[in-house]
Amino acid sequence: MASGVAAWLPFARAAAIGWMPVANMPMPIAPTEKNKRADELIVLNVSGRRFETWRNTLDRYPDTLLGSSEKEFFYNEETKEYFFDRDADVFRAVLNFYRTGKLHYPRSECITSYDEELSFFGIIPEIIGDCCYEEYKDRRRENQERLMDDDEDKKDAKLPNMTFRETMWRAFENPHTSTMALVFYYVTGFFIAISVLTNVVETVPCGATPNTKEVTCGDRYTVAFFCMDTACVLIFTVEYLMRLFAAPSRYRFMRSVMSIIDVVAILPYYIGLVMTDNEDVSGAFVTLRVFRVFRIFKFSRHSQGLRILGYTLKSCASELGFLLFSLTMAIIIFATVMFYAEKGSTSSKFTSIPASFWYTIVTMTTLGYGDMVPKTIAGKIFGSICSLSGVLVIALPVPVIVSNFSRIYHQNQRADKRRAQKMQKARLARIRISKTGSSNAFLHSKRNGLFSEALELTSSIEEEQHLSKNQSLLESQHHHLLHCLEKTTNHEFADELCYEQSYLEGALQSYPSQSPSLSSQEGMTGTCCTRHTKRNHAPLPNSSIPTCALSHTHPHHNLQELSTIHIQPLNTSRSSLNMRVDEPARLNCQSGTITTAIISIPTPPATTPESDAHPPPPGPALQNVVKVSAL
Amino acid sequence: MAGCAKRCKQGLVKCVLSLYKLVTGTLNKDKIDDDFELSIVCHRPEGLDKLEAQTNFSKQELQVLYRGFKNECPSGVVNEDTFKQIYAQFFPHGDASTYAHYLFNAFDSAHSGSIKFEGFIMALSTLLRGSVREKLTWTFNLYDINRDGYINKEEMTDIVSAIYDMMGKYTYPALKTDTPKQHVDAFFQKMDKNRDGVVTLDEFILSCQEDENILRSLQLFKNVI
Repeated sequence: MASGVAAWLPFARAAAIGWMPVANMPMPIAPTEKNKRADELIVLNVSGRRFETWRNTLDRYPDTLLGSSEKEFFYNEETKEYFFDRDADVFRAVLNFYRTGKLHYPRSECITSYDEELSFFGIIPEIIGDCCYEEYKDRRRENQERLMDDDEDKKDAKLPNMTFRETMWRAFENPHTSTMALVFYYVTGFFIAISVLTNVVETVPCGATPNTKEVTCGDRYTVAFFCMDTACVLIFTVEYLMRLFAAPSRYRFMRSVMSIIDVVAILPYYIGLVMTDNEDVSGAFVTLRVFRVFRIFKFSRHSQGLRILGYTLKSCASELGFLLFSLTMAIIIFATVMFYAEKGSTSSKFTSIPASFWYTIVTMTTLGYGDMVPKTIAGKIFGSICSLSGVLVIALPVPVIVSNFSRIYHQNQRADKRRAQKMQKARLARIRISKTGSSNAFLHSKRNGLFSEALELTSSIEEEQHLSKNQSLLESQHHHLLHCLEKTTNHEFADELCYEQSYLEGALQSYPSQSPSLSSQEGMTGTCCTRHTKRNHAPLPNSSIPTCALSHTHPHHNLQELSTIHIQPLNTSRSSLNMRVDEPARLNCQSGTITTAIISIPTPPATTPESDAHPPPPGPALQNVVKVSAL
Repeated sequence: MAGCAKRCKQGLVKCVLSLYKLVTGTLNKDKIDDDFELSIVCHRPEGLDKLEAQTNFSKQELQVLYRGFKNECPSGVVNEDTFKQIYAQFFPHGDASTYAHYLFNAFDSAHSGSIKFEGFIMALSTLLRGSVREKLTWTFNLYDINRDGYINKEEMTDIVSAIYDMMGKYTYPALKTDTPKQHVDAFFQKMDKNRDGVVTLDEFILSCQEDENILRSLQLFKNVI
């Protein structure tokens, strides 16, 4: 039952009294409303715009958000209204659905935002009214095409493990993917042009020798032309065979239009080779030569405009068919009329109706060769009517074809533009920077966070407040979350630079880094580069992080700067604990950096922080270090 | 012969006129405009106070009823097609159009072809808040299709068939063709006191008041609003 007529239910029930006298049996008891309350106004506050409606209006559709108890989640006790943080314009359409029972699609809205709003409010888009459904479907299809275009572009990406065959096919389909493919593309294009040119020049009469009649160039330089033709056909054959080999589905490839054109282009040559000596079929052989001109269609692989034209003609097949049919009808009619009109005149060229076809066609297309001209008055009258109607009949389907072509052409242009946008390096670089910026922020703050935790130990509140001022609550909560994750996985976040550096640092500090882990259990020892607090956040990456955050230079340089850099972050929040720990470490490290030579680091050293529970055995790390001195 | 000539002349005039329209380019006038003018018929009901005085509804109830009425019929009147459509929504299984037709006639006491809000409200007031006698009178008027003061067997058969039509095809037990007729016979058995083949208003009211079931069921929809 449509909820729009829910208001008429009382009337329908009242009208049921008309059945009562006819009924033989007692009626069932009517359902009573338990808590019948008077209809009240509900205020819906959507992003500040207040909508008010009756509660009953919303109750009409109990399986949506507004009609069910789900809306209670959005109830604001203080203002006594339901607040939704959504788009107010789309909400209008949603609310009108409750009021009128019909869902409309506002044309100015983006289709994705509309869909999102509908799904938020629990309304299925299929119930959009007929008035707006076409538009909705069209926009939806456009959107999906756009997504599909994007996917197709992704297909260009080289998959990691492609067989030789797949690589070859990809090279054939997308010439810009590799230089070899590009070379091949241009070579074939060149040879197609050469082949077409040869075919044309072959028939030009060239330089007659005085005593004989004019000969065509083809007959004069038979050998040269034959060689040229052979070369072209060889190239085309090789290309065709290679494509056939590389095609993922050979059967489908052989059925495709382009392959048929390829075959038709090269067959005449082979047929000619086979039957050169037979005189009877030489006429047929000459006809076959005509097919050589189909080689020009091979250009459509090279030209997108040609492809679009072909696609347009295919999609306008019905219009073209209509044009042809209406023309044929008109031709037959007018030819008949002209024939009978001109029958009387002497020496008339209109000898039969088929003969008049020629006149009709020439007149209707406004060519007017003048080889057939009506002489009688009736003939002239009908001839003029014929030419006037010809203009109309031909002009009618043309706009349809043109609009189709324009739409497809623009679609292609849009796809190209989008591809070009994606290639824009500057844009990509900016996106990358913004992405890494946020992760750097975490690492950055982690460093600060560590110190703030250290501060907690020493309970120096002022400095803690100073630190936390730099971070919003949201950020700090987020960072805390990431921190918990790190703790959980016993791994830490680091960026590439730090990872590299930690490689190298490992050699320097792997040995002492193990002892800090031991010392973490015992307490602080004055070993090199123990700059972690009692909480033992992460000795090694701890050192690497300040490095990364503050310097992007060559890793080796970083090592030298290591000691100085270590001091800097410590300066920001000096705690007695840290001081005690780091000072000897600093000194040691300084000496360490100067004199240590990193030999090799076969495996990544202990970049993983040790948990509080058990430190990893120093053994493996020790093995990594080949020669570390000055410790 | 004279008629033939006249027809020829009329045909000729029409031809010339259409040729003239062809030449001036006004051949296909928009037919939509004509239809549109008919539909701008609006009716506003009398004041709320007046209606409250005339019916047994409170102001609140009248407001609710009018809002529902206006929602479905923005022009303020219901014509028969709209009425049938609305009623059919409540009975999707069968065909409610015949019964809706009879209902419409019962509501449209003035036989104007459309129901205004006042008529709607009056009928509802009778049905929901009226006395037993009023309700039964209204029902009698519903059954008496030709308004001659008597219900005969044909009228009753029509009504009962219309009610059975609303059930649709798929019922349990399956509907037989003579079920309505049997029902009508039972009805007449009960109502027609003097066995004259028709039921008058008094007979109707008397018989109904004797039947407990009917009396009880008449009070069923008191709290519908």
